[in-house]
Amino acid sequence: MNIVVLVKQVPDTWSERKLSDADHTLDRASADAVLDEINERAVEEALLAKEAQGGEVTVVCMGPERANEAIRKALSMGADSAVHVSDEALHGSDAVQTARTLAAAIGTLESVDLVIAGNESTDGRAGAVPAMVAELLGWPQLTYARKLDTDGQSVSIERESDAGVATVEANLPALVSVTEKINEPRYPSFKGIMAAKKKPVSTLSVADVGLSADEVGLGSAPTQVVSSAPAPPKEAGVKVTDEGEGGVQIVEFLSGQKLV
Amino acid sequence: MNASGTRPEFDPYDPLGIDGELSTEQLAIRDSVRALCRDHVTPYVGDWFERGELPGIRDLARELGKLGVLGMHLQGYGCAGMSAVDYGVACEELEACDSGLRSLVSVQGSLAMFAIWRWGSEEHKQQWLPKMAAGEAIGCFGLTEPDHGSDPASMRTWARRDGSDWVLNGRKMWITNGSVADVAVVWARTDEGVRGFVVPTDTPGFSAPEITQKLSLRASVTSELVLDEVRVPDEAALPEAVGLRGPLSCLNEARYGIVWGATGAARNCLEAALDYSRSREQFGKPIAGFQLTQSKLADMAVRVNNGRLLALHLGRRKDAGTLLPQQVSFGKLDNVRGALEVARTARTVLGANGISLEYPVIRHMTNLESVLTYEGTGEMHALTIGQAMTGIPAFRD
Repeated sequence: MNIVVLVKQVPDTWSERKLSDADHTLDRASADAVLDEINERAVEEALLAKEAQGGEVTVVCMGPERANEAIRKALSMGADSAVHVSDEALHGSDAVQTARTLAAAIGTLESVDLVIAGNESTDGRAGAVPAMVAELLGWPQLTYARKLDTDGQSVSIERESDAGVATVEANLPALVSVTEKINEPRYPSFKGIMAAKKKPVSTLSVADVGLSADEVGLGSAPTQVVSSAPAPPKEAGVKVTDEGEGGVQIVEFLSGQKLV
Repeated sequence: MNASGTRPEFDPYDPLGIDGELSTEQLAIRDSVRALCRDHVTPYVGDWFERGELPGIRDLARELGKLGVLGMHLQGYGCAGMSAVDYGVACEELEACDSGLRSLVSVQGSLAMFAIWRWGSEEHKQQWLPKMAAGEAIGCFGLTEPDHGSDPASMRTWARRDGSDWVLNGRKMWITNGSVADVAVVWARTDEGVRGFVVPTDTPGFSAPEITQKLSLRASVTSELVLDEVRVPDEAALPEAVGLRGPLSCLNEARYGIVWGATGAARNCLEAALDYSRSREQFGKPIAGFQLTQSKLADMAVRVNNGRLLALHLGRRKDAGTLLPQQVSFGKLDNVRGALEVARTARTVLGANGISLEYPVIRHMTNLESVLTYEGTGEMHALTIGQAMTGIPAFRD
């Protein structure tokens, strides 16, 4: 079966992350960039499915030239090839435009059976792109998977949400988004790292995937960031000393915060 | 300034920009080893050190094998076939975690596997190397004896012919991995000179009691090898090695890894001291703001990064085929004593916390006391350089 994994390069969660003052987009120069951790899990799940069912794993990534580092890591883990959509025009694209671009990139590939994505990126955290991509492809979407099984014909997941755990099934082709609980990703082995040098990466422009430059990017984004401010520093908490009234004080505090 | 007029920013953790000398693949190798250590060793190693054990060593060996670390610089037989600089980068990361971990890998790859790869028969290689590369089998290397360290030519362990067999008798000391090994490469005197033997550790008469009561490399298995009428077939002898050049070639490989490894331990001490000094406040300001602390940090940074540059230089010579044993002695001599200096200085920056296993510094410091004397003492490496410079051997007639 042919599996596509959607990956994104994000600022390392350990480094200080900033938005640029000019247009409120991510200041990519200010932070170390890494393959998003959730995407490592998506790649791992794709590799497990490939090892069980055979087939090929293709990485699809939208991002600036530097994102090839994230692609390289996914290839080092064992993915077979990659499609990198890289175009100045994409700068500032929002979730809708990103989904359109990714769906169009998937459309350039032949006979894709399964798309696997992380449920949300650690930088934007919109958590909307996987569902939008599925919608644009007209495929079933199985989101928030903590477990994935496929026999090559259909896919079944355990979907975990605040409401509980549900088993969801669909025929292929389909899109699955995975959560942190899905697996522990492998480390790129030395053989994998050396093999990745020779794996094909096709770099496509917006036009190559069949979109026009005015459909993507900050200028035509359906959503806009009007202003942004750094998160306020954490304030000191409230300390309750129990002198017989501790329980009451805690309840009063919680109800004051409208938490109970 | 580069062509575009921008300058890279100063990185306190890489002040000379040495990472920029490494390839994309070498940085990926570093990241993989770092991630394995972060997940499987670093959170636990202080506790292992305190208890004086390395639990789960077989699982750890398999994890290292999956990554491709074991015998990574050897070609074929399931080995990853990487360059000397690649191997060095991995050693630096392993020892930044713990010298015991790097010792495990050095002994497996550079001593036991290298001995078989370089001097063994095709059957030895087929039988042992793939399993050892995968971490399914663990190896050890027996040269040093209780009474014969720097002068291995005087060893007492001997092998006598008995029909078509060899019978080995003697004792080996300070053998890393000994008690957990599946196979031991044992060096013994014979009528033909010193020879190496590939001895499965379940051979009758072979035992490997663990050495306890050590205050260094506590998260590492160190053993004595006892050989009491150990009978092995003729094919157990390494066919290509007669004389001390066999074991010395292996030691040279392992010493090369130490040149890189020691800088890893030193680097980790410096990182701990730098982080600590920026957050620890005394007299109303971070201690990093005091001149004495800054002087220590600068001296440590110079020591660590001179060591890294030396290691990289020797690695490039090794890859070019021009590295001399005297140059390995140069690196081992200076990088290990330099690492000890850094560890001791870092320990003073941390104050009382400098002696706590909550921080890596005292662990590195006591580990480096072993690294100082194993694989050739500082004194022997100095004498090797002295002999090369003067043409006069000072340690033998």
